[in-house]
Amino acid sequence: MKTPIQFRLNGEDVAAFVEGGANLLDTLREIVGDLSVKGGCWQGTCGTCTVLIDGVPRLSCITLAETCSGSSIETAAGLRRGSELHPLQIAFMERFAAQCGYCTPGMLMAAKALLDKNPNPTRQDVIEAISGNICRCTGYEPIINAVLDAAREHARSRA
Amino acid sequence: MLEFRKDIFADERDDNLLEIGQPTQRQDMLGHVTATSRYYDDHRFANLLHLKVLRSPHAHARIRSIDDSAAARAPGVKRIIRAADVPVNLNTLLSLMQFGKDDEPSLATDVVRYKGEPILGIVATSERAALEAMALVRISYDPLPAVFDVEEALKPGAPSVNPTYPKNTFEYHGKYDHQKLRFGDVDAAFAQADVVLEDRYQMSPIEHAPTETNGSIAVPDTNGRIVVYTSTQALFFSLDTAAKINALPSNQLHFIGGTVGGGFGGKVDTMTEPLAILAARLTGAPVRYRFSRHEEMQFGSPRGAERIYIKDGIMRDGRIIARQVRAYFDSGAYTRLSSYAVIKCAGHIPGPYTIPNVSADIYCVFTNRTPATAMRGFGVTAIDFAIECQMDKDAVAIGMDPLEFRMLNAYRDGDMKAHRREAKNCALIECAQVAAEKAQWPLRDEFRRMSSRQGGAARAGVTDRSRMPAPAVPPRVPASTTQRVTYERPMPAVSPAATPPPPPPTPPQPPAPAASGHGARRFSSVFGTRRR
Ligand code: FES
Ligand code: FES
Repeated sequence: MKTPIQFRLNGEDVAAFVEGGANLLDTLREIVGDLSVKGGCWQGTCGTCTVLIDGVPRLSCITLAETCSGSSIETAAGLRRGSELHPLQIAFMERFAAQCGYCTPGMLMAAKALLDKNPNPTRQDVIEAISGNICRCTGYEPIINAVLDAAREHARSRA
Repeated sequence: MLEFRKDIFADERDDNLLEIGQPTQRQDMLGHVTATSRYYDDHRFANLLHLKVLRSPHAHARIRSIDDSAAARAPGVKRIIRAADVPVNLNTLLSLMQFGKDDEPSLATDVVRYKGEPILGIVATSERAALEAMALVRISYDPLPAVFDVEEALKPGAPSVNPTYPKNTFEYHGKYDHQKLRFGDVDAAFAQADVVLEDRYQMSPIEHAPTETNGSIAVPDTNGRIVVYTSTQALFFSLDTAAKINALPSNQLHFIGGTVGGGFGGKVDTMTEPLAILAARLTGAPVRYRFSRHEEMQFGSPRGAERIYIKDGIMRDGRIIARQVRAYFDSGAYTRLSSYAVIKCAGHIPGPYTIPNVSADIYCVFTNRTPATAMRGFGVTAIDFAIECQMDKDAVAIGMDPLEFRMLNAYRDGDMKAHRREAKNCALIECAQVAAEKAQWPLRDEFRRMSSRQGGAARAGVTDRSRMPAPAVPPRVPASTTQRVTYERPMPAVSPAATPPPPPPTPPQPPAPAASGHGARRFSSVFGTRRR
């Protein structure tokens, strides 16, 4: 039995038929075709699959797709506006905050959730915001610095 | 930002390096931050099938019987792959370079030798269907005695793990059960040493835990070839290994990879491609074989666990006159790359120190644990950890500053290494000087002036020559070796312009006038190039 669900993905309306028990990660990747979301453990432990559901960071691998009907979902694919990169993306580039890049989409979304809520985070705020995201390559310092840079840049552009 | 200390060895380098010292953006960075980099699993195929592998729950057991009839009839199952389906069901990774004997099956035949060893593949329309079918497979086992400790595995009567190497040790050159290094006479030197210190170091296996697990997708192409999208770190290595196991000419395989979600050595082993290709050939459909996180941890090879014993003979003036090492590398049930790690370890002993008497015995041992593999400097990392811990203990034992103790014993140009190669282009002393400066670690004047280029008859001026004990190496040393028997070294012919700069001031002075000769020269010791 498949259930029809409808949600907004990066501002666009999306509809899908999902199996009972299907998770949001597989639904986004295999049915909707948003490959910007990555899976690393499929059991809610690594943070790689982080997306924003109504602005809140969630692990898509352990989120039932059916529970997302009617919500607004953001993934890393929706971060840039056309060719214009999000300040977080620029800061990640400039700070060398990615090596293999596999954790990056989840990291970016965890950071975006923070900056959307708190445009002037402290270092500790950043550490807490990405504490559920594992990066095995880069080390967390460049990532923390990138998020702080992005926050400053954001503040400057609005000043 | 990085700081480049160009004042050191300035006379040996034209400052004509174009890339070094300049920040350079990764070519894949834009893809990473826009989440458009394509990993192997970001390729989509219609009618993709999924391969899941049934694994041994036992560390060592004989397989009495396998009943997969119910699984074969389960919904969604397209094919069961058994050991007999694998064209060449015995392989060792380094057979590609004629090193070692084929010892590892892709699917176990009669015996499983570690917990997690693959036994049976199930190809189905979804991972879930494959897993549900797997629950229907009935296997009966006769558990066998297992051995998990490297030294236990070498005792007489220990269970034999790997029938290709029944004595539980890898075989070098077809006859040697370990790697051996002999230089000088350690026993005689221990007898003369002021202090003899021995200790034991035990490493744990370490899982690489890349955020992207190992996996691949094999897709039959219309031209008869198979295209393979893979997470491998070693594309051609994997291609050749997969070709061998599938008894295919390698030009029938087209491997696509390079975007790897973290590897660290754990994606060198060609763990998924051979069976994914076989499944694609048997079904004619694209097949994905992706490790779950649990499989990555249990079956993905870890860094090997090494047990290392180090015994040092030290003089009160700070010289190490003997070092003896005994090490056991836990290869797990099969060879993979541990045999090679042992050779790297042997090549690294006794560390970057000039020691006139060295002896080492290093074993690659089979146990009923997950086979080990490459990981970031494997073979060297553990022995370095052990050596540097030992160096600290040595220094404490003779009441010397640990950094000065290292500098005193560091290789300098012209020293004879235990491998009977001359040390060239040494820089440990200079590294230690910069590290001390950064850490504000006080060094005595003579250590701040020390140079890798100058041995100096007075052995770096630690003590009066007159107070130095007689050379510690006994006269028994065979005259045929060119081993150094004292710490005196010939003063290299250094032109006045090339005199090493004084202790690095802060901020660093501009580099000394560049001498002719390219900067690469210092580092080309592989080709035997020597600086003037
Ligand atoms: S894939 Fe969702 S937390 Fe790891
Ligand atoms: S960049 Fe590889 S896991 Fe973070």
